[in-house]
Amino acid sequence: MRDPRHPKLWTVIFAIVAVAYLFPILLVLINSFKGKVFVSSEPFALPNAETFVGLENYITGIAKTDFLSSFGWSLVITIGSAFLILLCTSMTAWWIVRTDNRFAKSLYIVFLFNLVVPFQMVMFTLSWLTDYLGLGNPFGLWIVYLGFGAGLAVFIFTGFVKGIPTEIEEAATIDGCGPVRTFFLVVLPIMKPAVITVAILEVMWLWNDYLLPYLTLDIRTYKTVPIAVQYLKGGYGTVDMGAMMGVLVLAMIPVIIFYLFSQKHIIKGVVAGAVKG
Amino acid sequence: MYRSLKRWWWLFTGPTIAAFIIGFVAPFALGVYLSFTKFTTVTKSRWVGLDNYARLLSDDTFLHSLWYTAAFALVTTVIINVVAFAVAYMLVKKFKGSNLYRSVFFMPNLIGGIVLGYVWLLLLNGILGHWARSITYSATYGFWGLVILVCWQQIGYMMVIYIAGLQSIPGELIESAEVDGATPRQTLRSVIIPLVMPSITVCTFLTITNGFKLFDQNLALTNGAPSRQSELLALNIYNTFYGRTAFEGVGQAKAVIFLIIVAAISLLQNRFARSKEA
Repeated sequence: MRDPRHPKLWTVIFAIVAVAYLFPILLVLINSFKGKVFVSSEPFALPNAETFVGLENYITGIAKTDFLSSFGWSLVITIGSAFLILLCTSMTAWWIVRTDNRFAKSLYIVFLFNLVVPFQMVMFTLSWLTDYLGLGNPFGLWIVYLGFGAGLAVFIFTGFVKGIPTEIEEAATIDGCGPVRTFFLVVLPIMKPAVITVAILEVMWLWNDYLLPYLTLDIRTYKTVPIAVQYLKGGYGTVDMGAMMGVLVLAMIPVIIFYLFSQKHIIKGVVAGAVKG
Repeated sequence: MYRSLKRWWWLFTGPTIAAFIIGFVAPFALGVYLSFTKFTTVTKSRWVGLDNYARLLSDDTFLHSLWYTAAFALVTTVIINVVAFAVAYMLVKKFKGSNLYRSVFFMPNLIGGIVLGYVWLLLLNGILGHWARSITYSATYGFWGLVILVCWQQIGYMMVIYIAGLQSIPGELIESAEVDGATPRQTLRSVIIPLVMPSITVCTFLTITNGFKLFDQNLALTNGAPSRQSELLALNIYNTFYGRTAFEGVGQAKAVIFLIIVAAISLLQNRFARSKEA
């Protein structure tokens, strides 16, 4: 690609666009320090002596939504489900590719079908079934997520395994490794790039998913971060916009910090996932 | 070894299949069945044949949300892909900060739809407040509010895919086009765009299906207001299930139609992508 004729000009133009791009988030941050009345009445004003309330919005927001425990449960659900998905579907994908019989092929097609089905299709029956089976808690959700999220993971893993030459695995067998040891000692390390891709795509989905946990979890006991945010909206009463701003900032900060440290992997993972998809 | 692998199916596929049945196969099969019944809970259902499907055809909110969603998916797909490609086309060039800007534009994708919905609710209502209006003033306001939100969120995602596509084009191809006297516009149209066609098909597919499936942002930003006029399909189905009783069967039938639409788009896109590759 040819380099631009005026590189400095482009740097300036994009700097302005980038700041404008972040403006909605900055606006929430600014408003999180203002009294709740002023958030709605003058959202574009900076906090001043009259409107500044310090950390009050954060304190009421945390108290109203049970934010800290919601954050903890979000972590438990996301990490547990992602780990289970990575472990189980990578094994399944390898088995499907290497066995390659009629059962394996039909299994693969069913997983592919899972990719196109929107959640609304299973929403009502799934929430009944999880309740019936007693899975309406963060640990039960690991299983539910493994089930509903299997399609994409199996799809990306099988695509990757097809490209691995079988010679290495055969050598391991000759050296006396059974299928289980071959998988964990030889195949899984080779699959590392695909594991990272799937981990990123699944975590982005799991952490932000709202409807599935909302319908399946026992909300009085367990909330996740998106549920906590939506919870502030509540029934018919007016929303405490101050607390809302505080909770929004708290919901975004950990994600942005995480992104600052792992953005290269995240962007690579998204690209790799899209090219295979 | 692969022969003995078959005997290990219970370990390699067992856990995934068991969870898959609970999390997908059983609810799916039950859902298809229930769309032909009248029910309030899963265990109390009565067969009514195609009655639910007949009723959804006379449901004005559903037909409205169908068109609303189709228009929304179309508009966002065009805007997101054109802008994402243009930004990617600039950012693959070398100038100071191009990597930083790429990271900035991608960032909204990590934040969940519910959070983004309320972030934009503040900004949009703040702007509309100058005219003493809000985002729920009419279906048109909600439509463009959602379009702006979703474009802001997804342009960065599609941009990184386009950047990867553009970077995979060998530099000599573009140079030789220029040596042959092609104008920048001709190079773009006859060399660059055909070569990033795989990225274009992937991105249009992702944006269309995302547009049809959108739920969280819709719930947070407008929640369908005013009077269910800004409901996208997913929210319409949700409200049919949980908004009023005795309509669960209709909701499930709507979900089946929804599935058929999304599956048809996926199939069409798949066929289109294959024909391009051949």
